[in-house]
Formats: sequence, structure tokens, C-alpha cells
Amino acid sequence: MGYSGFRVLKEGLFGQTGWKPVWRDPDPKPEYDIVIIGGGGHGLSTAYYLAKEHGLTNIAVLEKGYIGGGNVGRNTTIVRANYFLPGNSEFYSHSLKLWEGLEQDLNYNVMHSQRGLINLFHSDGQRDAFARRGNAMVNQGDDAILLDRDGVREHLPYLDFDNLRFPIYGGLYHPRGGTARHDAVAWGYARGADQRGVDLIQNCEVTGIDIHNGKVTGVQTTRGAIRAKKVGIVVAGRSGQVAEMAGMRLPIESHVLQAFVTEGLKPIIDHVVSFGMGHFYISQSDKGGLVFGGDLDFYSSYASRGNLPMAEHVMDAAMTLMPVIGKAKVLRSWGGIMDMTPDGSPIIDKTGTEGLFIDCGWCYGGFKAVPGSGFSFAHLMATGRHHEPAARFRLDRFRTGRGLMDEEGTGSQHNLH
Amino acid sequence: MRIPCPICGTRDRREFTYQGAAELLRRPAPDAGDAAWDDYLHNRDNPCGEARDLWFHEAGCGAWLVVERDTATHEVMGAELAEKVAS
Ligand SMILES: Cc1cc2nc3c(=O)[nH]c(=O)nc-3n(C[C@H](O)[C@H](O)[C@H](O)COP(=O)(O)OP(=O)(O)OC[C@H]3O[C@@H](n4cnc5c(N)ncnc54)[C@H](O)[C@@H]3O)c2cc1C
Ligand SMILES: [Zn+2]
Repeated sequence: MGYSGFRVLKEGLFGQTGWKPVWRDPDPKPEYDIVIIGGGGHGLSTAYYLAKEHGLTNIAVLEKGYIGGGNVGRNTTIVRANYFLPGNSEFYSHSLKLWEGLEQDLNYNVMHSQRGLINLFHSDGQRDAFARRGNAMVNQGDDAILLDRDGVREHLPYLDFDNLRFPIYGGLYHPRGGTARHDAVAWGYARGADQRGVDLIQNCEVTGIDIHNGKVTGVQTTRGAIRAKKVGIVVAGRSGQVAEMAGMRLPIESHVLQAFVTEGLKPIIDHVVSFGMGHFYISQSDKGGLVFGGDLDFYSSYASRGNLPMAEHVMDAAMTLMPVIGKAKVLRSWGGIMDMTPDGSPIIDKTGTEGLFIDCGWCYGGFKAVPGSGFSFAHLMATGRHHEPAARFRLDRFRTGRGLMDEEGTGSQHNLH
Repeated sequence: MRIPCPICGTRDRREFTYQGAAELLRRPAPDAGDAAWDDYLHNRDNPCGEARDLWFHEAGCGAWLVVERDTATHEVMGAELAEKVAS
């Protein structure tokens, strides 16, 4: 089904009754060339690019719940390419370029809005660090502008610039950063994959991975056994459990990350604003809700909700940075399960089992990676070779210590990112 | 979440700092080889459900605890002093 302005007008005139489901709901076949475990953003984009870039269409995506029910529908939708370290830098740069062509590619409105991202700084030392990061971004071919205090004031006049603890010195402005409608990204990729012949199978939990003589042969699921020549694990916060089915222990701890949204307000926050020192960031959705969040709760958790201490911390930080939003009413809060790696960077790699691949470790930053990760993982699964922009996302970097990507410089150790 | 410290009694989670899985207490020998050290430092069982992990009673007695907890529900079942578990 195509979308167009004309179609929207026509449906408007006839009570919106002409819209049909945009993907099929097939039963699983006994065998596929490729099975993708996990129908989140990364699993769907992997299937989409396998079909589109590599002409492989005998593929099933197995999702234990419903499409869009995982982190892909729970995140705060920030899309950016302001990473510093080799590895991350080229990967997110590539992903952002895919974002910029995504709506045309999918013929689907994902509401990608490059409204600009501003990271604030509060000391001379931090200014130097951001200047260095900005240079790295420009060297990578992306955009970064170092703003002084007045420069920030022009964009964000509503901030408290003179907070005693964190006076605002300036900000690093990344104009191509922004947000997108998270559900639409999942739906757009799902529709695109389905149109190319991929079977999207919901309510189908993988319960086992079949391996014979070191080679993957299929999966066991709640909807029966499915044979497959290749299997990709793309289950974000559940990576530990699914990898265990293949006898693997991963360098991953699952943690809960919370987010919050207020009632709808008139437009006030035009950008994405990040207040790193307070572990707080905020943007305003197109419906008017202020969408904001903070840091992990910082204990391993599979509960899709957090605890009060972090909720309070986030509210404190909000009031420190922008007391102007103090009277907005918080409507909802929720949590998602994050697949945290020791260095805070992801993994796209083969495993010790032939035909079994893994894409995980996206921590709290994998939404912006949805296009890039799917593209690079599809390349790896189809060709057996690492895709250049993701070539450093190796599983063995922790053992060897080579190629660690610790963006925060806090050390490559669990529970520090 | 409240954690029952064997020394201080039941206290708010804010008083504690989380370190990670209790298997961290089983440090390999210095010459155990890089596979054993990689496993110890990086790889995790990462259980969904009952878990045993290390918490530091930072704003209390300063003891290291092994806390038994359900990672799916946030229920805390109990806690004991890490030094007793380790020895
Ligand atoms: C509160 C919050 C805020 C965030 N904010 C941002 C942000 O602003 N910017 C950003 O870039 N990132 C952000 N993230 C991170 C981002 O959402 C994740 O990194 C990313 O969505 C993870 O990849 P995914 O979409 O494939 O995961 P998911 O959508 O979680 O997909 C994994 C899927 O696997 C399925 N699954 C699990 N086990 C099985 C099984 N055994 N069998 C079959 N299926 C299974 C799950 O049901 C799930 O649907 C945020 C996350 C949270 C929680
Ligand atoms: Zn105590």
C-alpha cells in the first residue's frame, strides 16, 4: 500500500476506513534460509536490508511479543552522530546518513526531525573536551558548532544560566541531531521487510537454538521448531538469555533505564537538550509532551520499570536546568531493559558457532543505530565479512583489550557506563 | 527497593552502591590465563529472576553484602556479609 498526500485526503473524506494492515501475519514455515530472533528495531532493519541490499527474502523475524513492544517503542527517540572514538564515529555517521534518506527509502513517515542537539558544558575543562569532540565530528564529516554562553542563550533562552553549581559556559551544537517517531521506525521497517517477502512472526518466542557439529541448524520456538541455515540474535536486553541457548556467556549485563513524559504543552523546547553533568536530557514531542530521561538505575534488572531514586534525581536535574518546566505534570514513566557492555559500545559479530551471528550491546543508545546496525549486520550475515563502518564492534575486544571503545573514558568495566 | 543489611537493618536502596554479580568474589589465579580472566571480568550469567549480587553499604556501615534479589520483580529476598560468603 502506498502513501501519498492524495491518499491521506481521500481517507479523511471517507472516515479513514480504507486503511488495511500493512504487514501480513503468516504462520511460520518449517524452514528458512535466515531466521532473525527479535522483532525490535535492529531485527527488523536487519531483515529489511538483507532483502533490499542482498536480495535474500526467505527470511523470518521471530518476535516473542509484538512488533514495537521492546525498547524500540520505549526509547526517547534521540538520533545523533556525535561520537568521538574510531569505531563508533564512522558507524554512527553512516547510520545518520541512512536516517536522512529513510523516509524516501521506506515510503513511510518516521517523523525524523533534525531539530538540532545541544550538549551543555559548565567549566573550561569541559569546553576543551567538547571542542575536541566537535573537531572529531567535523573530521568524520558530520557537523558540530561550539557555542559560547550567548550562543546557547540564543537557542535556549529558557535555561537557568547562573545555577551556582552548574553555570552554563556553552554548548556543542549538532544541527543534524534530532528525534524520530520510534514506533513509526519499527512499523516502517516491518512494512518494508514484509513487502519484500520477509515473514514477520509475532507471539513466537525462541526457546532453544539447535546446533549440530558446531553449526547452527535452526531454532525451537513456542510455535514449533524452525530450521534455518543462518540465525541472527538481535534481542537487546534479552541477549544473555538467548545467547545461553547457544552455550554462550556474553559481556553483557541488563540494566533498567527510565524515561518520563509530561502532559502536552505548547511548543517551548525546539531542540534536544542534553545536560550531561546532571544526567538529564529533554526534547518535546510533536504532540507537545516533554520527553525526558536520565541515567540507568545502576543495578542489573529485567523489570521494565525503575525505582524512585533515579526518578527523583531526574526531576532534580530538570529543576536545576530549567525551572520553567516545574509546573508541567508528569503523565507517565516507564523503563526499558538495556544490554550494557563493559565499554558501553556495541557488538556486531560472528559467534563460535558457524551460521550463528549476534548483534547486541546497544546500551542506552541503540535507537539512532537502528538503520546502521541493520545495514551492517545484514552485510555480515549475507557475505560473512564485516561491514567497514561496524568492523570494530568485535566480541573478542574485551579479552584482547584491543579496540575497546570507552566513549566516557571511565574504564572498560561493567556498571560504569 | 530496600536492602536488609545484616549490620544496620533494612535500609533504603539509596544507601547502597551496586557492584555486580556475586561471582566477582571468585577471582581466578593470576596465571589462570586470559580466557579465565576475560570470563571473570566481562562475561556474565545475567540472570532474569533470582540473582546474587554485590552491594556496598556506602552510606551505612561500609560492609560489602551479597544480596539475593529477583531481577524481574525487584523483590529483595535477603542479604549476607560478603566476607562470610567469601571465606
Ligand atoms: C528509556 C529509554 C530511552 C532510550 N533513549 C534512547 C535515545 O534517546 N536514543 C537512542 O539512540 N537510544 C535510546 N534508547 C536505546 C534503544 O531504545 C535501544 O538500544 C534499542 O531500541 C535496542 O534495539 P531494539 O530496538 O532491537 O530492541 P527491542 O525493541 O527491545 O527488540 C528486541 C526484541 O527481541 C524480542 N525478544 C527477546 N527475547 C526473545 C526470544 N527469546 N524470542 C523472540 N523474541 C525475543 C523482544 O520481545 C524485543 O521485541 C533508549 C532506551 C530506553 C529504554
Ligand atoms: Zn550496613
